Amino acid sequence: MSDNFVPELPRRQFLKAGGALVVGFAMAPSAFAQNPGQLTGATEGRSQPNPGDLDSWIAIHSDNTATIIHGHHELGQGISTTLLQIAADELDLDMSQVSGMPLETGKSPNQGLTAASAGIARGGVRVRLAAADAKHALLGLAATRLGAPIEQLTVSRGVVSVVGNPSKSVTYGELLGDKKFNVPFTGRSPIKDYRKHTIVGTAVPRRDVPAKAAGKYVYLQHLRVPGMLHGRLVRPRGQGSFLHGAKVVTVDASSIANIPGARVVRRGDFLGVVAPKEWDAVKAAQQLKVAWDMPAILPESQEALHDRMRAAKTVDRFVLDRGDCTAAFARAVHVASGRYDAPYQLHGPFAPNCAIADVKSDSALIYSSRQTIYGTRQVVSGVTGLPLDKVVVRFYETSPSYGRGMQEDCAMAAAVMSQEAGAPVRLQLMRWDEHGWDHYQQAHTADVKIACDDKGKIVAYEYHGWQHNFTAGDTTEILIGTRKPAEGDGIRAQGPTLFNTGDQYTIPNWRIVNHRVPGMDGYFKAAPLRSPMDIALSFAGEQTMDEVAYKANIDPYQFRKQNINGERWLGVLEAVAKASNWKSRRAASNRQTGRVRTGRGIALGTHLSSYGAAVADIEVDTETGVVVAKRMFGAIDPGQVINPGIVERQIEGQMCVAASRMLKEEVTFSKTNVTSLDWATYQPLRFGEAPEATGVVVNRPNIPSSGAGEEALAAGAAAIANAFFDATGVRMHIFPLTPARVLAALRGAQKSQTA
Amino acid sequence: MAIKLTVNQQAQEVDAPPDTPLLYVLMNDLALQGPRFGCGLAQCGACSVLVDGVETRSCVTPLSRVEGKSITTLDGLPAWYAQQQKLASVPELHPIQRAVIDEQALQCGYCYNGQMIKAAELLSKNPKPTDAEIRTAMNGHICRCGTYPRLMKAIKRAGLAMAGGTR
Repeated sequence: MSDNFVPELPRRQFLKAGGALVVGFAMAPSAFAQNPGQLTGATEGRSQPNPGDLDSWIAIHSDNTATIIHGHHELGQGISTTLLQIAADELDLDMSQVSGMPLETGKSPNQGLTAASAGIARGGVRVRLAAADAKHALLGLAATRLGAPIEQLTVSRGVVSVVGNPSKSVTYGELLGDKKFNVPFTGRSPIKDYRKHTIVGTAVPRRDVPAKAAGKYVYLQHLRVPGMLHGRLVRPRGQGSFLHGAKVVTVDASSIANIPGARVVRRGDFLGVVAPKEWDAVKAAQQLKVAWDMPAILPESQEALHDRMRAAKTVDRFVLDRGDCTAAFARAVHVASGRYDAPYQLHGPFAPNCAIADVKSDSALIYSSRQTIYGTRQVVSGVTGLPLDKVVVRFYETSPSYGRGMQEDCAMAAAVMSQEAGAPVRLQLMRWDEHGWDHYQQAHTADVKIACDDKGKIVAYEYHGWQHNFTAGDTTEILIGTRKPAEGDGIRAQGPTLFNTGDQYTIPNWRIVNHRVPGMDGYFKAAPLRSPMDIALSFAGEQTMDEVAYKANIDPYQFRKQNINGERWLGVLEAVAKASNWKSRRAASNRQTGRVRTGRGIALGTHLSSYGAAVADIEVDTETGVVVAKRMFGAIDPGQVINPGIVERQIEGQMCVAASRMLKEEVTFSKTNVTSLDWATYQPLRFGEAPEATGVVVNRPNIPSSGAGEEALAAGAAAIANAFFDATGVRMHIFPLTPARVLAALRGAQKSQTA
Repeated sequence: MAIKLTVNQQAQEVDAPPDTPLLYVLMNDLALQGPRFGCGLAQCGACSVLVDGVETRSCVTPLSRVEGKSITTLDGLPAWYAQQQKLASVPELHPIQRAVIDEQALQCGYCYNGQMIKAAELLSKNPKPTDAEIRTAMNGHICRCGTYPRLMKAIKRAGLAMAGGTR
């Protein structure tokens, strides 16, 4: 620990903060309330629908259908279906009577980022409350029209009728038909009892799937606008240290003179090319001669990176310090401890980002896939100098980055290129742009110590984590000089939190310390990646948990069960054990001697909400070092499940992604720049290696929804690591579990046994 | 100088330099929605098309190499299937497309151009592939949403539908 230990909050507030989080998980009464949270942009108030008007959210049409006007972005997670389910159920319409509308600034409500599992958890609540308000208003109109009190009215498929006299009826369409509600959105109309839901909780087919399967779905990459040029970025192949960016020394525009219509666009150190033909733009970007200045100050290896983080002058903060860890460890019977290291990993969306910008002297139209149309408007205004209300942003889907990838940078870059070129520009990132200039999930290193008593009861848990923060500012604005590179200053999700460092268990003495590394100089820019930090945290915490169970000679499932924190963690643990037909035995007690050895592991984890558990069955080839996840079981309890079919598939996907990140994915670099620039040098999980996957949906319809898009990843990844120990009796202390690392670990263990 | 090729059973003449990768011609000159850019390196399968029935990465295939050949994109997959199976009429969807919908297999769906093109190629030769055969055939197609397990189910379902008749 460095000597500048600064508790950033007084101790009392720590306990308060920590206590509040724990209480939240113990289901305090407030957790049952329908809480949509604050609207991110509600205070901005410029050129956006007034969120306080019901008409900003719902329109009723003459044909007895409704448009649900929400601000959440379809990213393949099904939100364009699930939000409609919520609205339809609340309005007593069926699914054929509801539709959404494309997202556009000024027309769609500002619901902020579609991220952090908030789409359903908060966005869904707002849609539900708006639908309840709408139904209340419609019933009021119907009561007048039908001459019956509201209490005597019933609704089915948008037809309001009088109970006991069904001939007296009127449709929503007849009541309001394309006219405005002209009432405020109060959020206070009574919502349906969950036991009366007929659409929520059912596996409604997704709205977007048929068009996607037919090849008729329009992704952003399909759009073309008249008169546009094709743009490509010109940047060094692979970013260097965040603070130093990339400085242009010389550009030789004559080096692309032979390409028809190709020209260089430059603003400060921002460089790109445009051309009328796309292939010409690709060629020009490759051919343009540029000399760059990039300092050679990156660490020499992954190991050197983690050592550098540990040696840094960190700012240290208690996330939690409960009880007396020192005393508890001193009297504990079994103690497990270890160091665990995690790499930088990239977002790597399957489709490199694309954006179209048409920037004129007094206005701009932007097509972007970023998960916030209003946030994109903000940054485009920043780089173009145009006022906010002169920038219109339209959202079109691309393949998701599962976090803050390069959508924002791409939109800004397209805007700058359009402004410089004086024409609309379609900017398509190349694979190496996307791999090389992403914000990565930051590397992490941890020291973990967990102890139990002679009965296998956990007595102390201590976690020290080192990482730098997410970074603020994006490449384009930094290169053009409108923004200085900086580190973000948030706390949550930027270091160890309670959620994956012990919340799963009842822990009397519990200490979590965040050692914040200054991440500007000699590190990469960083941003949240699906289940931010959690795979690193659970790789460390859940392996140590397994290790202490092993020392206590207890089955890892039983050990977790007897230390479990509350019924919801227990629920997912038991669900996954049942699905996988878990047989209790001590880890590594069933080891084989052949070349290929099988192992099974279990783990618990989540992100900031919901509850996740996983079991992994793996094979380790002891000659090649190749580890394959053969079969995985994941469980999520996200509270009320809106669409179990979607959640089940989300869990299956998370099991594959967990295997990918635990076994394969790793950003590599030289002293100067990132070197993992394509799918050969940054290996993703492929079809041939994909596990069979089972998703177990633990539905608690009486508890508010809390998200299911990422909450089984941490458990899935750690289950694989624990399965490796079960197969080999050897702990892996760094991931991904590449063949070289696996062979080194197996050899190291052999050596220490014979020594 | 115009280059002649057949795309989705229609004769096309394309005026583009012969080194232009087929992908850019299909996307920009012919405005097709199936093949799409993913890596430009033949590593991911986003751009896959069938060239004379063989799955081919259009992002690295120069136009000159497909002169006079028959190219099928996702947009023309049902018609290609009808031709293969000698069906009287063109179905709305190829069985793999139907199966993807029935299984609700895809998430973002961007990689499914290549996934479905490759699966269609596999099923045209082997309508009852084993798990191992599917894994081998599909290994060159990346999915970052992790839908491989569902896609496996969809491919088998499509194979069954094909074996059982003409869906």
